[in-house]
Amino acid sequence: MANATAAARSDMDVSDEVMIQMQGVHKWFGQFHVLKNIDLTVHKGERIVLCGPSGSGKSTLIRCINRLEEHQRGRIIVDNVELTHDLKNIEQVRREVGMVFQHFNLFPHLTVLENLTLAPIWVRKMPRAEAEKLARQYLERVRIPEQADKYPGQLSGGQQQRVAIARSLCMNPKVMLFDEPTSALDPEMIKEVLDVMIELARSGMTMICVTHEMGFARTVANRVIFMDGGEIIEANDPERFFNNPQSDRTKLFLSQILH
Amino acid sequence: MAEAMQHYKPGEHPDLPPPRESVGPIAWVRQNLLSSPLNAALTIGSLYLLYLVLPPFLDWAIFSANWQEGTSRADCVKDGACWTMVRARFGQFIYGFYPQDERWRVNVAFLLFFVPVAALLIERVPGKRYFAIFLFAIYPVIAYILFYGGLGLQEVPTARWGGLMLTLILGAVGIVVSLPIGIVLALGRRSALPVISLICTGFIEFVRAVPLITVLFMASVMLPLFLPVGVTFDKLLRAMVGIALFGAAYMAEVVRGGLQAIPRGQYEGAMALGLNYWKMTGLIILPQALRIVIPGIVNTFIGLFKDTTLVLIIGLFELLGIVQAAARDANWIGLSREGFVFAALVFFIFCFGMSRYSQYLERRLHTGHKR
Repeated sequence: MANATAAARSDMDVSDEVMIQMQGVHKWFGQFHVLKNIDLTVHKGERIVLCGPSGSGKSTLIRCINRLEEHQRGRIIVDNVELTHDLKNIEQVRREVGMVFQHFNLFPHLTVLENLTLAPIWVRKMPRAEAEKLARQYLERVRIPEQADKYPGQLSGGQQQRVAIARSLCMNPKVMLFDEPTSALDPEMIKEVLDVMIELARSGMTMICVTHEMGFARTVANRVIFMDGGEIIEANDPERFFNNPQSDRTKLFLSQILH
Repeated sequence: MAEAMQHYKPGEHPDLPPPRESVGPIAWVRQNLLSSPLNAALTIGSLYLLYLVLPPFLDWAIFSANWQEGTSRADCVKDGACWTMVRARFGQFIYGFYPQDERWRVNVAFLLFFVPVAALLIERVPGKRYFAIFLFAIYPVIAYILFYGGLGLQEVPTARWGGLMLTLILGAVGIVVSLPIGIVLALGRRSALPVISLICTGFIEFVRAVPLITVLFMASVMLPLFLPVGVTFDKLLRAMVGIALFGAAYMAEVVRGGLQAIPRGQYEGAMALGLNYWKMTGLIILPQALRIVIPGIVNTFIGLFKDTTLVLIIGLFELLGIVQAAARDANWIGLSREGFVFAALVFFIFCFGMSRYSQYLERRLHTGHKR
C-alpha cells in the first residue's frame, strides 16, 4: 500500500527499504491494554501522521519505537535491529531514531549549542569543533542561529521546539518521531515549528508524527493512521482518509476535529 | 498625592518613572519598618532589645577588654573580657599539642589547601582542571606527609594534633568524602536493581537512626574489640571514617531530593538521544539535581563541620575541646566565656563563609529556567 501511495504522490520518494517493522505488538500498563495487535511497516522516506482521540495509544506506539516504552508481545525491528532486553540494541536504535517531545525536554542547564553538541560528542564521539560546526548548521536550518549561546529558559516555546528538532537532527537520525510537537505551543508559534517539519519532510526524512494538525497531514503525509482504543482502525493516504473515511469511528473523530 | 496623570493617545504612551513615594530610603523605611501600627511597635521593640543587649556586650568584648599579653589571670586588670588568655593560648587553640618547631608544616599544608580551593571557587581563575587534579590526587599525599611525617620529616602522632587544625582536617575530610559517597548512595537507593537499592536504603536508614556520638563511640571503643589482635587503626582515622559515613547518609537524602525534582522528560530526552545510564546521570541528571539542592548540601556541610566538635567524646581535642581544656588550666581558671566566644567566632567565620558562597553559587548557576 505504501508503494501505491508513493506513486500517487510523485513529489516525494518512498523507497522499498523497510525502516520500521512492528508485528503483532501488544502492550499493557498494569491491567490496561494500551496497544492491541499493532502491525505497521514503515518504509524509508515515509511521512506518517498518527491521529486519534486522547488515550488511544498513539504516543505509546511511537514511544515503543525507541523503547521509551517496552512492548510485551510481538516484535519491533528498527533499521534491521530488533528491540529486545539487550541494552546494546536499544542504544543502537536510539542513536538512529530522533524524537521530539510535546514539552521539548531541552536540558535547561546547558546552552542551546551545548544541547545540540552533547549527543554527537558523547554518543558519536565527534570532536567538539566538528560538533559545534554541525550544530550551527542545524540552528541555521531551523532559523535561530543567533540563539546559540542562550539557555533554553530564555527562548519562546516555538524557538525551544525548533532547538529540540535541531538537537535530534544533529545525531543524523534515519527516522524522526514527533510526539505532539505543537500541542504545548501558543497558537502564534505553531506555524514556525510546522514550517521546519514540512521542510524536513521535503528533504526525504522518514517521519512519524503524532499530531492533531490536519493541515500538516494533508501537506506532507503520505499515510494517515487513525488509532482508537489501542488499535489501528484505519490507514490511508490523506486524500482518501479525509475525503472518504471508511469506519464510523474515523468519521466521528474527523467531524469532531474539523469543525 | 501624585499629580494628575497626563493623557496620551493609544500607542503613544511613553514609559514613565515610578511615583516618587514608592522608591528611595524613606519609602523603604515606611514599607519595611513602619507599614502598620503593629509592625511599627515591633520595630521599636526590637530596637529597644538591641539597646539593652548590644552596648554591654560591646563594652565587655571590646572597650573594657584586656588585650595585653600576660601569663595568668592576674594580668587581666580591666573589668571586661580577658583576651590575654586567648593570646597566651593562641598557638594551642590553632595547632593543639603539635610540636612548636614543626608548626610551619601545618601552615604550609593549609596554604597548599586554601590557595587551590580559592582558585576553584573563584570563577575568573583559569586552569580549574589542574587545581582540581592537584587537590584531589596529589594534595592528600602531601598533606599526609606534612601533617603526619615521613620523607625526613619528624613523625607527629595524631594524638598531638588538635585545635582549629584538627577541626579543619576533620571538616575537610568529612566534606570531601561524604559528597561523592552520598551521591552514590542516593543513586543506589533509586536504582531499579532491588539488591543495590536495599543495601543503600538500609545503610542510609541505619546511620540516620543512630546519633553521631554513638557512631564515634562504636568506632573508638567497640571496633578494636572486633579486630584481630595486633591490628589497630589510628583513633583519628576511625573518627574520620565515622564522620564521613555519617555525613554521607545525610548527603544521600539531600541529593535524592534533588534527583526526585528532575522531571521524567529530562530522562526521556537524554535516553532518546542514545545516552546510556552513566552519561545520562553524569551529564544531564546530576548537574541539575545537585544545583537544585545546593542549599541542602551546604546545610549538611555546615552541620558536619560543627559536628566535628563531638570528637571530644573520644578524647580528641579539636578547637572547642582545647578551649574548654584551657579554661581548666590553673593559671586561667574560670575564663571559659572568653574561650567560648573565641571558638564561636571562629566557627561563625567558616560556617558563614560557606553559607555566603552557596548563595553566590546559586545565583551564578541560575540559567533562567525557573521563570
